[in-house]
Amino acid sequence: MIEILKELDWSPLFISLKTGVTATFFSFFLGIFAAWKVVGAPVGKKAVLDGILTLPMVLPPTVSGFFLLLLFSRRRPLGMFLYDNFNIKVVQTWAGCVIAAMVIAFPLMYRNARAAFEQLDVNLIYAGRTLGMSERKILWKIVIPSAGPGIASGTVLTFARALGEYGATSMLAGNIPGKTGTISQKIAMVIQDGDYQSAGIWTAVVLCIAFVVIALLNVISGRKIKNVRRW
Amino acid sequence: MPVAVRIRKTIGNFCLDVDFESRASRIGILGASGCGKSMTLKSIAGIETPDSGEICINGKTVFSSAEKWNMKPQRRSIGYLFQNYALFPTMTVAENIGAGLKGNKEERKRRIQEMLASFQLMGLENRFPAQLSGGQQQRVALARIMAYEPEMILLDEPFSALDLFLKDRLQQELEEMLEDYKGTVIMVSHDRDEIYQFSEELVVMEQGRTIICGRTKDIFENPGKREAARLTGCKNFSRLKRIDGHRAAALDWGIALRLERKIPEDIVYAGFRAHEFVPVWGERRENCLKLSIAQIADFPFEKHFYIWPEGEKMQEMEKICWFVQKGNWKMLKERGMPDYLQLPEEKVMLLK
Repeated sequence: MIEILKELDWSPLFISLKTGVTATFFSFFLGIFAAWKVVGAPVGKKAVLDGILTLPMVLPPTVSGFFLLLLFSRRRPLGMFLYDNFNIKVVQTWAGCVIAAMVIAFPLMYRNARAAFEQLDVNLIYAGRTLGMSERKILWKIVIPSAGPGIASGTVLTFARALGEYGATSMLAGNIPGKTGTISQKIAMVIQDGDYQSAGIWTAVVLCIAFVVIALLNVISGRKIKNVRRW
Repeated sequence: MPVAVRIRKTIGNFCLDVDFESRASRIGILGASGCGKSMTLKSIAGIETPDSGEICINGKTVFSSAEKWNMKPQRRSIGYLFQNYALFPTMTVAENIGAGLKGNKEERKRRIQEMLASFQLMGLENRFPAQLSGGQQQRVALARIMAYEPEMILLDEPFSALDLFLKDRLQQELEEMLEDYKGTVIMVSHDRDEIYQFSEELVVMEQGRTIICGRTKDIFENPGKREAARLTGCKNFSRLKRIDGHRAAALDWGIALRLERKIPEDIVYAGFRAHEFVPVWGERRENCLKLSIAQIADFPFEKHFYIWPEGEKMQEMEKICWFVQKGNWKMLKERGMPDYLQLPEEKVMLLK
């Protein structure tokens, strides 16, 4: 058994973790920003924005992946623009992994942050305004700390989703071992080859990560944060 | 002119239509719950935006729909004391006080220290709001406002969520803390006692409209309108049918009133405060009501009598309230219940 583990190519684990962390990092800021904007938007605009931002979560990942592929293909305007001006390739690269994971996992961050913001006592924001605090200062000093637990659980869920992303990733980034080959794609591949042993090992790895994530989530949401009591 | 507000705003079926001016430094806005007084206050602070109108503070226009001008709340220099104080839960007392301060670190620190000292918050600077008592929270909220020296302070029902004992104490404290404040203070409340104690000038609101404004004492003495009288605590009202310049029938009390002063033609109601009845034993006098008690309610310091109006349809009419304070019970015990209650002329309010 130890022999097998020693010989195993661990790159899928690192690619997955790296993708997850990077995608979560960007989703964190974008999700909070989007939630902040949507909460403050008028009703009609809110509905439209919310629909667009949540869509990637509702669509089958392969559909999202297909859209992304169309968008970033080097034969199309955006892909062409990125490649010509910045020499950035998205399709069949690790950047593609990150973008696919981000698009799919972002709604989780956005939704959680938004729910946390909506529960906030709106007078806190009003108080900040009448005290002369800028909108940005209100967001960072009042809203985000007060919405802490909701944002934290959103972050953990986003990470978990980004880590396990398969459909959109395989469409956009493909499964290039050592480059874009994530754990989920590895498992799908080895099962196709009938290699149940490798599949078992990777499944065990995923189970461990999932368990840690859920435990973390419980710790966060179960923690009684004294100074975040609502009245 | 310290304050001039003339605004309109429609929200669903509710229509806010406020119009008042005042030069007083302590202004009260009195109205029942949901009459739009908080909305008015929020519009002054810039948290809500009216549909149209104008708001001027100390000669400075902060909102004008005609000029398409709406100054940001951040720049209005108006402090707002929220009913729940809205202290930032994740910040300590010191951080809360310093939240809106500008300037370098040293200056801010010095200002926070000053505030802690003058609001008796020394030793509490590292606590979180949830670890403070109601009184301490109020002091932090006010210190936070005073720290950046606003031109005006708005108090939004500051005591209505408190129990009676705490309310009296915090009211005292607030008055003391505001004593040295030179700017204008506007307090909104549905509690006539609070407003009476606090304000020099008063604005009375009903269903989104300002119905009367003027000196507080004058309004309490002569509210002029039925709704204003009700909000200042008057319990008894009757439709009034004018007979001639000095006589009228109080239809809902079933009695005739004769007044020395002239009854203007546009008067449609009479009002009478429940504490002002004068008991009469023996023969009926002028402006008297026959005492026939329908119900009695006992309170620690008062007795409330509910009296049938005179006349044939009295069962269908609203009962008349007579409140007797504890000091006067003895007299009633010794002499027995009176036969009549007199309405002294000067206490009868003529209302529109």
